[in-house]
Amino acid sequence: MSAQAETRKLEAQRQEVQGLEAQAPDTLLEVRGLTKTFPVRQGVISRWRGQPGRAVQALTDVNLTVRRGETLGIVGESGCGKSTLARTLVRLYEADSGTVKYDTLDVLALKGEALRGYNRRVQMIFQDPFSSLNPRMTVGQVLREALTVHKMRPAEQIPERVTELLSLVGLPPEAAGRLPHEFSGGQRQRIGIARALALEPECLIADELVSALDVSVQAQVVNLLLELQERLHLTVLFVAHDLRLVRHLSHRVAVMYLGRMVEVASTEATFATPRHPYTQGLLAAAPSLDPSHRTAAPAIQGELPSPLNVPSGCAFRTRCPHAFDRCAAKRPLLRDTGEGHLVACHLYDPASILPQAGAERAAADQTVPESRA
Amino acid sequence: MTATLPVQTVTAPAARRRTIKPTLVIGLLLLLLLVLAALFPRLFTPFSPTDFDYTAILKGPTAKHPFGTDNFGRDVLSRVIHGTRIDLQIAVLTTAFPFVFGTLLGAVTAFRGRWADAVVGRIADLVVVFPFLVLVIAIVAVLGPGLTNMYIAVSAVGWVSYWRLTRGEVLAQKRAEYAQAAQVLGYSPARVLLRHILPNAVTPAIVYLMTDMSLGILLGASLGYLGLGAQPPAPEWGVMVADGKNFMVTAWWISTFPGLALTLAGVTFSLIGDGLADALRPRA
Amino acid sequence: MTGQSMTTVEMQSQSAASTSPLLSVRDLNVRIPTPSGELHAVRGVNFDLGRGEVLGLVGESGSGKSVTLRALLRLHRSPIQTTGEVNYDNQNLLTLPESRLRSVRGGQISMIFQEPMTALNPVLTVGEQILENLREHRGLRGKAASERAAELLDLTGIPSPRARLSDYPHQFSGGMRQRAMIAIALASEPKLLLADEPTTALDVTIQDQILRLLLRLRDELHMSVVLVTHDLGVVAQTCDRVAVMYGGRLMETADVNEVFAHPKHAYTHGLLGSLPDASAHRLPLRPIPGGPPDLRRLPQGCAFAPRCAYVTDACRGAEPPLMTVAPAHASACIHYDRLPELNAAPEAPL
Repeated sequence: MSAQAETRKLEAQRQEVQGLEAQAPDTLLEVRGLTKTFPVRQGVISRWRGQPGRAVQALTDVNLTVRRGETLGIVGESGCGKSTLARTLVRLYEADSGTVKYDTLDVLALKGEALRGYNRRVQMIFQDPFSSLNPRMTVGQVLREALTVHKMRPAEQIPERVTELLSLVGLPPEAAGRLPHEFSGGQRQRIGIARALALEPECLIADELVSALDVSVQAQVVNLLLELQERLHLTVLFVAHDLRLVRHLSHRVAVMYLGRMVEVASTEATFATPRHPYTQGLLAAAPSLDPSHRTAAPAIQGELPSPLNVPSGCAFRTRCPHAFDRCAAKRPLLRDTGEGHLVACHLYDPASILPQAGAERAAADQTVPESRA
Repeated sequence: MTATLPVQTVTAPAARRRTIKPTLVIGLLLLLLLVLAALFPRLFTPFSPTDFDYTAILKGPTAKHPFGTDNFGRDVLSRVIHGTRIDLQIAVLTTAFPFVFGTLLGAVTAFRGRWADAVVGRIADLVVVFPFLVLVIAIVAVLGPGLTNMYIAVSAVGWVSYWRLTRGEVLAQKRAEYAQAAQVLGYSPARVLLRHILPNAVTPAIVYLMTDMSLGILLGASLGYLGLGAQPPAPEWGVMVADGKNFMVTAWWISTFPGLALTLAGVTFSLIGDGLADALRPRA
Repeated sequence: MTGQSMTTVEMQSQSAASTSPLLSVRDLNVRIPTPSGELHAVRGVNFDLGRGEVLGLVGESGSGKSVTLRALLRLHRSPIQTTGEVNYDNQNLLTLPESRLRSVRGGQISMIFQEPMTALNPVLTVGEQILENLREHRGLRGKAASERAAELLDLTGIPSPRARLSDYPHQFSGGMRQRAMIAIALASEPKLLLADEPTTALDVTIQDQILRLLLRLRDELHMSVVLVTHDLGVVAQTCDRVAVMYGGRLMETADVNEVFAHPKHAYTHGLLGSLPDASAHRLPLRPIPGGPPDLRRLPQGCAFAPRCAYVTDACRGAEPPLMTVAPAHASACIHYDRLPELNAAPEAPL
């Protein structure tokens, strides 16, 4: 297909997805065609030789919708772009192209005071409890600063508000006078949450919230998040690689692979009937807690390609058991395969001419045994 | 507060106190001594540094003149004590501008990055190409001898080290999650840099400042020795060492005691620098 | 001080095979002096390892699992003190002269680590590192050695093995590096492989491949494995037996199916209970309150007592010994019989 026709088709696809989502309840965040690459510094010699610059394709044409009040889990492995997506949504990175609409705001175009206003509505909690807090500021100073800069409360009410925020995350008032190093990992994550909540956001983006914590402490912080979400009516984007946790927390799940969104569906649909071959493999690979269910063969063969060198067409084709010729030629787009279950795979594109065996295997792989994850 | 979340206990403050290294304490005491000598030289010695006493020329250390007298009959002890003010001034004035300017410049170019960083980097490279002392002497030679010109010369050259040190630290801290968090919290770049990043990035520069101070004194002494720094009859230690060089065999005390004073000052700053490095490191 | 009351006969009857165990650890203690007091990181650990068995050593940070693993090969240097017995092939590795121990280390007992990039020598090619092991422990040189090295890379699933021998570690991707490290470890055809969190730093799909590889190698080479991990999923999918550590002690040892179905220690029970369950979508989890213990200031009695929901005064007296509570199932919890079934209805909100 010519480039023009391809663009037209892309646009038609986008409109289709958009149309579907427009019918959905209260959309809070809408991401369309988000693309971000990180150029790799080119040496003088290679530039002189005329070699094209290399770039890490962190995000490629990512589409996503988040509904108000829901928890959306974003999963994927190294290089999938989930952290880049999270950071681009809060403007830590500048996207190369695409749009992000938050409520009525055009997020990517915001500047100055308007951007600060957006920061008040969308906050982020970081992964590393040890480096996400300024080691030289006490907890009280951190919270006071947030409250003061954004004028959340008049000066005389600030100390009281600090105590309130601390108790919201289950920390005693004395914590305000302490430095981060005096707290455990789980407590530091709570402080990070309190800091984010100081701005009274509508939406929280949690980037690997509990990955760096001990298992027995993870549940504590997860419970805190659940309670806060209910109490404060928060929308949550939960970026994680722990599938069990994502399944527990999310209403819907988005699966990413090498910068692309490959599947978006309700949690139940994702885990019971995953449609994209990568999702199927990912779920099968995640070690289940049932010792009696063991497989001899690994779920997915092959290595994760480097984001510097993403395969043409479908990024997953080098490891996909059902790949056929169309997969190398064209990048599959997210399409609705029924009931809002979006999949970016040629196997589900009616325009594809599928080799017979592939279609059968794909259908067989769809149902995943109960005991998984 | 709902009943569902048990309130966490936080460790008692007893864990917070930290022992200060003895080197820092000794260094600070010595510094105090030097500062007192600089501010109240009369307390330590009755003689004026410029009084000639032709009756007591080139006399060795005695009860009246514990450090002996020089070839003009001036009391060496008095001169050493009075020289403290000059040399401490040198320590401060040769480092103040480079420290402040270099550190801030390093912070800003590392934070804003790209072309500012590249331009300043090239200028820094140019400065560093020349041996430090040679460059300073060359500038002083052009401007004329004297302490003020020495300060100008050192300032023009000395900022580079601070720029490099701070720049490296800021580049590293920029990537730390707390700095990213500050950005996401909507804080202005100025606030993120000055309130969050800089306090965590400035320690190497401060520690280097201490070393630089003792180097500054030595530089003043070297230039004084060459006649390019403090001018006679100022009792600057380097000048005194130079004046006494012709009498090394016959009247060793004229050069030796100022030399010891130089050493003492150098040791003082080194001790402080060592102790500070430890004291300023954030608890992890 | 150990409080472990199992007799040798009892312990032997617990090992997987009826033949004598490959490794027998008795009263292992590791003491680490620190400026703020002595850290008793491993406190009286006893266990047996059968031939061809995969033993999972599970615990969180501060449990002492990695320290224990390293102590098995006497890798801790003074001033860290390692005492006790690590009986391998009728020798106590902890008292063996250094020269004899060196033939065991990397030879009959190999070890792989969590971070292949730091565990592999970055300035030597992978081939050179395998050859080194072959030379040292198999006496192979020259062409025979290179052949064998290529075979090993192939065995661990690295494509184009011959070509890859001359590549440096940084030229391999994460999963491949881990395979290379396994190849080096296997060069000496060890009877026991010690694995310290070998897949923690890997992506899920790659972890899956490496774990399957380890199991396949265990079958093909009839090798035993001690796998240290904090991931219960990894344990469920890889191990034959499980030893749960907390606060430097063994809290529970059992067959893997038993541990997951009927945990008999309050800690194990709490840990399994705190994991998200597919059925309770978005309901609060059941965490273990508090945090891991400070090994410098351990409480009297059971190390888990401060966080335990079933604690009584008896738990805070003497430290409970590891006792047989069911066939091939030992626990150091005096209330093991009071623990409810897992996945029972959640109690009133915490």
